[in-house]
Amino acid sequence: MTRQAYAVEQIRFSYRDGRNGAPAWVLDGVSFEVAEGEILGVIGPNGSGKTSLLKLMTKVFQPQAGAVHLFGHELAGMPQDAVARVAALVPQDSQQIFPFTIAEMVLMGRFPHRRRGGVLLGLGWERPEDLRLAEHAMVEMDVAHLSHRSIADVSGGERQRAIIARALTQEPRVLLLDEPTAFLDLNHQLDICRILGHLNEERGLTVILVSHDLNLASQYCDQLLLLKDGQIFQIGTPEEVIRPEILEAVYGCQVLVDCHPVTGLPRVTLPGRTVAGGADKRAHDQADIQKPAS
Amino acid sequence: MSISGAQKRGGQKEVVSEVMAPGVQASCAGPKVKPWQEKSVLTVRRWVATLLGLGAAGLLVMIGCLQFGAEDIGFFEVASILGRAVQSSHPSQASSETAQVILLQVRLPRVLLGFMVGGCLAAVGVGLQALLRNPLADPYVLGISSGAALGAALAILLGIGTTIFSISTLPLFAFAGGLLSLVVVYRIAASYGRLPVHTLLLAGIILNAIFTALIMFITSIMGPNRAFGLMSWLMGTLTAPDYPALGVLAIYLLVGGLILFRQARALNLLTLGEESARSLGVEVERAKKVVFFTSALLTGAVVSVSGMIGFVGMLIPHAVRMVIGADHRLLLPASAVVGGTFLMAADTVARTIMAPAEIPVGVVTALVGGPVFVYLLMYRKGGLAV
Repeated sequence: MTRQAYAVEQIRFSYRDGRNGAPAWVLDGVSFEVAEGEILGVIGPNGSGKTSLLKLMTKVFQPQAGAVHLFGHELAGMPQDAVARVAALVPQDSQQIFPFTIAEMVLMGRFPHRRRGGVLLGLGWERPEDLRLAEHAMVEMDVAHLSHRSIADVSGGERQRAIIARALTQEPRVLLLDEPTAFLDLNHQLDICRILGHLNEERGLTVILVSHDLNLASQYCDQLLLLKDGQIFQIGTPEEVIRPEILEAVYGCQVLVDCHPVTGLPRVTLPGRTVAGGADKRAHDQADIQKPAS
Repeated sequence: MSISGAQKRGGQKEVVSEVMAPGVQASCAGPKVKPWQEKSVLTVRRWVATLLGLGAAGLLVMIGCLQFGAEDIGFFEVASILGRAVQSSHPSQASSETAQVILLQVRLPRVLLGFMVGGCLAAVGVGLQALLRNPLADPYVLGISSGAALGAALAILLGIGTTIFSISTLPLFAFAGGLLSLVVVYRIAASYGRLPVHTLLLAGIILNAIFTALIMFITSIMGPNRAFGLMSWLMGTLTAPDYPALGVLAIYLLVGGLILFRQARALNLLTLGEESARSLGVEVERAKKVVFFTSALLTGAVVSVSGMIGFVGMLIPHAVRMVIGADHRLLLPASAVVGGTFLMAADTVARTIMAPAEIPVGVVTALVGGPVFVYLLMYRKGGLAV
């Protein structure tokens, strides 16, 4: 029997704490479990609570009700760095205005593993092992040649890869990624997916990724969690979740679902000109696509 | 990297090292430090070398500063008097020499005070800039200095600190004032998540205006003599203290500086934003409290002895960061040394340029710092504003 990496129990979360009127729940009664070694994709329209869910699962936020268990320990009772040693978060936007080098940025992933103690120099200087791990992660994410460059000067995709390298440097058992491929070109998208798949198979790394890319989620995830308005609409294998009637109900627009020619997994496409028939219908469909964003 | 290490690791890693830092390999002699690390991360060797270099430069500037004054004393004479004073605990042996008296009793304490004040302002600036993720933050711009000044002025009005330069009770009032304004600024900052630069500056300007008005009010109800003393102090003036007072201040600042220094690595992560820092294992609330509290404490102490000296806390960290990089383990102490050296030099200008009259050192730093501030705001907008 595989172990449980995460058990999320009935969490409710709001950015407002309820002092000014009723809180608007971003997540409202969400429960699910993630087995160790699983790749879980979290999908759903904008504003459905995907990002908040990731932040709740790494104790960046705390839920107003319910609990999150990480390998059997409740997050609320764990110190922040204990959480960071097990679960690494790759956030969506990583702006940095100070001129840290890529290598310094990646080494920040060793903070939760720092040495403690020492009155004067309790700074936890990096050990050779820390540097070795950072180097390895930078090579893996193809940013090693940029190690001396300032994080503020590299492209969005390079920064994103550096952030993922930082997360790997944390040596986590669970990796949580928020739109990991958003800034990346096709080549590096494929790279990231390959690396995640590799880490998952070789080291049994549990991966939880938020993505707008339904096809990526369908191809690479074992399980999909479909959120709508802060609640779970559907959870299951890609075949169970990526279905036209379900996606239509959640996203409010027509989609085509067929089989990927190689993997046989479900593939999503928006109806094109020939299917929709005529410019009027197209305009109508596009309006529908934009609607659920609000 | 040692050759045997490279061989053990096999071909792939060797290629990696070459890719990482072309051209640096030959110059790297350290046994454990790989070439790419020399260039990309803060090594202990670079830390020590940078601080030793800056410290030596600071010492030279200090001897230079000690030369100038009503009576010029030569560079080597300064050095020899200092050397003798350090060697023997009884410098009074040859105290008949006027030069020695002037140097050790008048100029040296003042120069040392300048160093401490400047270093402290710069260190606080580093901490606040990291915490607010804003390279324009400093105790003066954010209104913390004026809050501390208000506290100190209040203490003087109520007759709690009998002399302006006693550092017994005055820092407590200055500390309270500084903390108050820091809390207000922080509340404004926190209510919007991350503040755009201009909103934060605006908050500082408003606080400054309110506190300045209150200080003026206090000045107006004082007698003219005391009011003049208060005003010239507020403009930022260094006056030679006696050694015991200097010692107390030094201990005070050293403790505060160490507390701040211990947060250096957390500060590195806090520049990523609170959420990222938390996800990387920083106890953000605690780190924030420590840094804010220490900043208010240090600013309070500094304002109580020197009045309001602007721009050191903002410009020095900014300049140092551009040269040595952003890692706070080096940035904090290096900024402190550079800030201290800068203020020593500025104070020397302040007391000699219109001799025998003195101008407040705050005027000098503002005249140097103001234009640079404007330049940063206008031409480096992309890097500062969000």
